[in-house]
Amino acid sequence: MSLHLADIAPTDIAAQRIRTPTAFGPGTGTKVLRWAVVLLAAGYFGYLLWLFEFGKLFTGLPRLWTIVRLMLDWTGFADWDHAELLRSMLETVAMAYLGSMLAFAFALPLGFLGARNVIPARVFRFITRRLFDGMRGVDQLIWALVFVRAMGLGPIAGILAICVADTGVLSKLFAEAIENTDRKQTEGVTATGASFFAVLRMGVLPQVLPVTIGQTLYQIESNSREATILGLVGAGGIGLRLSERIQINAWDQVAYAIVLILIAVALIDTVSRWLRMRLIG
Amino acid sequence: MLTPTVQDPAYRRFQQRFGPILRTRLLQAWGTVASVALLFVIAAVWTDFAPDTILAGLPRVGEYFGKLLSIEPSRGADTVPVLAFGHIFGGTKEPQSLAYWFYRIDVYAALLWQTLQMAVLATVLGFAAAFALCFPATGSLSRLRPMVFLIRRLLEILRTIPQVVLALILVWPFGIGPLAGILAMAIHTTGGLGKLFAELNENADRRPIEGIVSVGGSWLAQIRYGVVPQVLPGFLSYALLRFEINVRSSTILGFVGAGGIGMELKRTIGFNIYEEVSAICILILLMVVVLDLTSERIRHAFIGRMQ
Repeated sequence: MSLHLADIAPTDIAAQRIRTPTAFGPGTGTKVLRWAVVLLAAGYFGYLLWLFEFGKLFTGLPRLWTIVRLMLDWTGFADWDHAELLRSMLETVAMAYLGSMLAFAFALPLGFLGARNVIPARVFRFITRRLFDGMRGVDQLIWALVFVRAMGLGPIAGILAICVADTGVLSKLFAEAIENTDRKQTEGVTATGASFFAVLRMGVLPQVLPVTIGQTLYQIESNSREATILGLVGAGGIGLRLSERIQINAWDQVAYAIVLILIAVALIDTVSRWLRMRLIG
Repeated sequence: MLTPTVQDPAYRRFQQRFGPILRTRLLQAWGTVASVALLFVIAAVWTDFAPDTILAGLPRVGEYFGKLLSIEPSRGADTVPVLAFGHIFGGTKEPQSLAYWFYRIDVYAALLWQTLQMAVLATVLGFAAAFALCFPATGSLSRLRPMVFLIRRLLEILRTIPQVVLALILVWPFGIGPLAGILAMAIHTTGGLGKLFAELNENADRRPIEGIVSVGGSWLAQIRYGVVPQVLPGFLSYALLRFEINVRSSTILGFVGAGGIGMELKRTIGFNIYEEVSAICILILLMVVVLDLTSERIRHAFIGRMQ
């Protein structure tokens, strides 16, 4: 049996349309519903634009252009306080390093405490996990505010803020890595009659150490990015210099500081990628 | 007996070969630890990170949290533990009651709504920009190598500049208020999502695209009918994840005057109104948790559709 297009009469099509209406595109009901959703979304979007006075975008653009032009004008380059900016950039990196390494030192034991296969008690695990959530859930900037009050202005507050927020992140990741370890190796160590700690040291630690190092390196990277803003609340680093220069409208130096941040972040990324390749293989 | 004796030739050969390997490995490990520790000490000295300063400050951290969790019946008096049980449901005039603690809940609610809407708008704008930029930034879809490179670098720069710094700068041309925060978040979202989207495009199945090419479809048609149907669930899932992140950052952006509840939080912190600080923090935490749970549900639905 062969079917030619010419043989199909309009009546056949009409009959088919009645039999299988959905094959000929969505029905009126669906179409109306679709349009209603589109209109609703458009209306909501319009409300948002009105709520936030989006018209100001266009009055602000010329001013933004002026700022961008000032940012690109680096004629005073020789007179800038390079030493200060570079020092605070280094300070930011040092803060990220110190904070992350301290967090690593705290998170390794905490990760073991939070792992199911190390401590099976469910209540205990629930408490440790919620503790990690709490440390992680509060933003680093808020922790910085807390520590600036306690420790005074300076990088110490920033380091502690990074450390606390990071301990939450790393502990959770470490606990998960420890839970995902291969049981065979731990069973092998247990079979030799090793003590509980020897099992952890020889059975679990060798499996998770590469993962933990990788994650810590990644945290150093991301923290050196985040630490650039901690200075805004007085917790040390380049953020303070940056906000000072924005306050006095020294846009050229603001751009310079941002370029410094971009370079530092790119450098740290490269170094940590290289280290990761070497350490984890 | 299984214990090998030193006289055993096999054991001695094993010792001869394994000994040096073990020694270099130990040396490497201790070298790494030593250099990490050395860097740590250098960094600690550089930033004045001294143990005695920290120990001196640590009790004050607890003090701060203690104050956060207390309601002061009158300014300057001793802080009183919050929420004595008999008073919890008392009116706004009664200290130690919920109503007293959250007496400005209407203001906070309006600000939280504004914060949420900021995150929505920023995510939508960032999504649109990232959507437009991700296709020319995909190596497998675009034949213009320099353009791929340029757009990728642009996206990289957009996501490396810290959001708060961006907001701080944008407050100058656009004035103090939510607009600067929205734009800062939108720019950052563009950089973050653009990269993720381009990676999704890269992994898209080539066969639908080849099908469109074979019937003579234009580049736009290839994208529209070959790529977008495959990647859209992934895009939306990433966008929701980004929305969660944006809700969190929109609460922070107010610190530099970019609108939302952060401005109120900064004001209360500045004036040491502890009970209001804790009230706002609790509300933010509640909002973030609720949104996270909802968006996780929706995201799992999207991922389910993609597979």
